Amino acid sequence: MEYLFAFVVGGAFCALAQILIDKTRLSPARILTAYVVAGVILGGVGLYGPLVGIAGGGASTPLTGFGYLIAEGTKKAVDSDGAVGILKGGITAAAGGITAALLLGMLASLVFRSKMK
Amino acid sequence: MNADNKTYARYAEKRAKKSPVLQNCARAFTVGGIICCAGHALRVLWSAAGLSEDDSGMMASVTLILVAVLLTGFGKFDEIAKFAGAGTLVPITGFANAVASTAIEARSEGLVTGVGAKLFTVAGPVIVYGVSAGAIYGAVYFVLTKLF
Repeated sequence: MEYLFAFVVGGAFCALAQILIDKTRLSPARILTAYVVAGVILGGVGLYGPLVGIAGGGASTPLTGFGYLIAEGTKKAVDSDGAVGILKGGITAAAGGITAALLLGMLASLVFRSKMK
Repeated sequence: MNADNKTYARYAEKRAKKSPVLQNCARAFTVGGIICCAGHALRVLWSAAGLSEDDSGMMASVTLILVAVLLTGFGKFDEIAKFAGAGTLVPITGFANAVASTAIEARSEGLVTGVGAKLFTVAGPVIVYGVSAGAIYGAVYFVLTKLF
């Protein structure tokens, strides 16, 4: 059952982005940026947490989940450290994903060659 | 040049109109849904391996990032993305693909000003606006919870 929710919710995020791409011709970079910021806002107002509870990977895998991580991390850091948490929490929570993407991207550029057609 | 641009714009519009929105949507939904199910399964697997809920979520993302970077390197990611559209873009796989593909393409421009800089072509905006939005939210949250 949880996989059904993961499929439907995750699929819905992708279908919405596809509509935005087809109807407004937003570039992929803009879609990704908009999705992260949307995730921060939805996480901030408390809507995204319950969605992760219901859909699990369906809500945490789309890039909105990345924004939600940033919002949650910031909230936790403010709760425990006060005002300095505003500056620490976001990247701390997102550190694993960011580091993995940068490290693996960098390594990929050493291993693979560009296949220009 | 100007005329060329206009011709291209008209050509692009004609092509765009033909693009079947519903079919694109169904493909994005299906492939995106499958990737999210894989993400969910990875969360369950990492959690079964003894990680905390937060860490298993992170490692699920990292696993998907690894797979996406490998598929990008072997040139398979674009083939799937051509079919799936936003279905591979919106999950964390799209972010990983954007980072890896720009890095691989920039290799010929050198490791520092090529790879090191171009890696951030798409990752940069995502991180800048994501982190900035997070800090603004943090400031609002701080004011609302600690000062009142």
